[in-house]
Amino acid sequence: MPNILVVEDSPTMRQLISFAMRRVPASKVIEATDGVDALKKLSSNGVDLILADINMPVMDGLKLVSLVRGNPAYKEIPIIMITTEGAEEDKKRALSIGANAYLTKPVQTQQLVKLVGDFLSK
Amino acid sequence: MEEGSIIKKADEFLQVFKKGEEFTKDILRENERLRFKLAEVEEMLARGGEEARAGVYANRIKLLEDELKSLKERFMQVEEENKDFASKYLEVEEENNNLANLYVASYQLHSTLDFSEVLRIVLEIVINLIGAECFGLYLVDEKTNELEAVAAEGISASELPRVVIGEGLIGKVAKEGDSYFSENIEASSRKPDEPIVCIPLKIKEHVIGVIAIYSLLVQKRSFSHVDYELFNLLAGHAATAIFSSKLYTQSERKLSTIQGFLDLLKDKPRR
Repeated sequence: MPNILVVEDSPTMRQLISFAMRRVPASKVIEATDGVDALKKLSSNGVDLILADINMPVMDGLKLVSLVRGNPAYKEIPIIMITTEGAEEDKKRALSIGANAYLTKPVQTQQLVKLVGDFLSK
Repeated sequence: MEEGSIIKKADEFLQVFKKGEEFTKDILRENERLRFKLAEVEEMLARGGEEARAGVYANRIKLLEDELKSLKERFMQVEEENKDFASKYLEVEEENNNLANLYVASYQLHSTLDFSEVLRIVLEIVINLIGAECFGLYLVDEKTNELEAVAAEGISASELPRVVIGEGLIGKVAKEGDSYFSENIEASSRKPDEPIVCIPLKIKEHVIGVIAIYSLLVQKRSFSHVDYELFNLLAGHAATAIFSSKLYTQSERKLSTIQGFLDLLKDKPRR
């Protein structure tokens, strides 16, 4: 059963993404409210994929990506960014530090589900 | 006499022999003719069999061609049906997603009675689900009958001036209760009196506030069907959630004031 870590400070978005992940067969969602919370959840759960927002309090999504990529234990976990930041340079920056995909809000659920499915099947 | 009789018998025998020869020749000719005839008949029969076989094959081919044609038609029909099902499936999936968005928005709006939390949820919905970058949430001030910005994103609420109901675009939306959508939603304006979208927050026909959107996120180029559904949801559910949480917060405040008085009264005699 793949574990999907949803890192998002907005409860509305967390619930919406968790709802969408119900359509990923036999997956389990673990929720985190910011980067620090995500690192804690990462260490206590086997995580197969991370869905992370960029703008979050305490620790933002970009910092989280660089810390995850810096840890050999989590290096291979696919990370999909979901953010309101739609500028091309934001996308390039996120991908250059190790994010695998970049989606902008408002997120298209079908696109998100397909992307998650593709990464989990690899 | 004997010699004459012998010659006569020899002539007779010769005649018989000649007749026998002619008869044999006749038989041989007849035999030849019959053989020829037989060959002809055999050839005709052979030719007739091939034609019959060709006829059978032609019929089979025609039947198979008809079957192939009907199978092709059925295949096309099934393919069309498949396409139809696929597009219906996508439609249903999109509708499911839209309903999930609406459910989550509605669930979140009614998940708390804390006024400031309800305002935060409204902001979250407008940012994350609609894709607005800069907007303000105005509520009617019952005392002055003016609209006052109580929350905003992309601009400070304090920068948004009070609006007299009936005046300007926002005031007009508050007065008439009808949503406003600019024809050019990509044109971003941060002027407080020039929103691109205005949504009245209504409880039945009573307007309690307005959401005024000034610009959308760069990736948001147009509104979809679900956006209008969300606007409708916000118009009703956000209004109810804001109104009830405001009343609850006010009553909580009043209750704590009354409680404070009661505590004060209880304490007094002891002193």
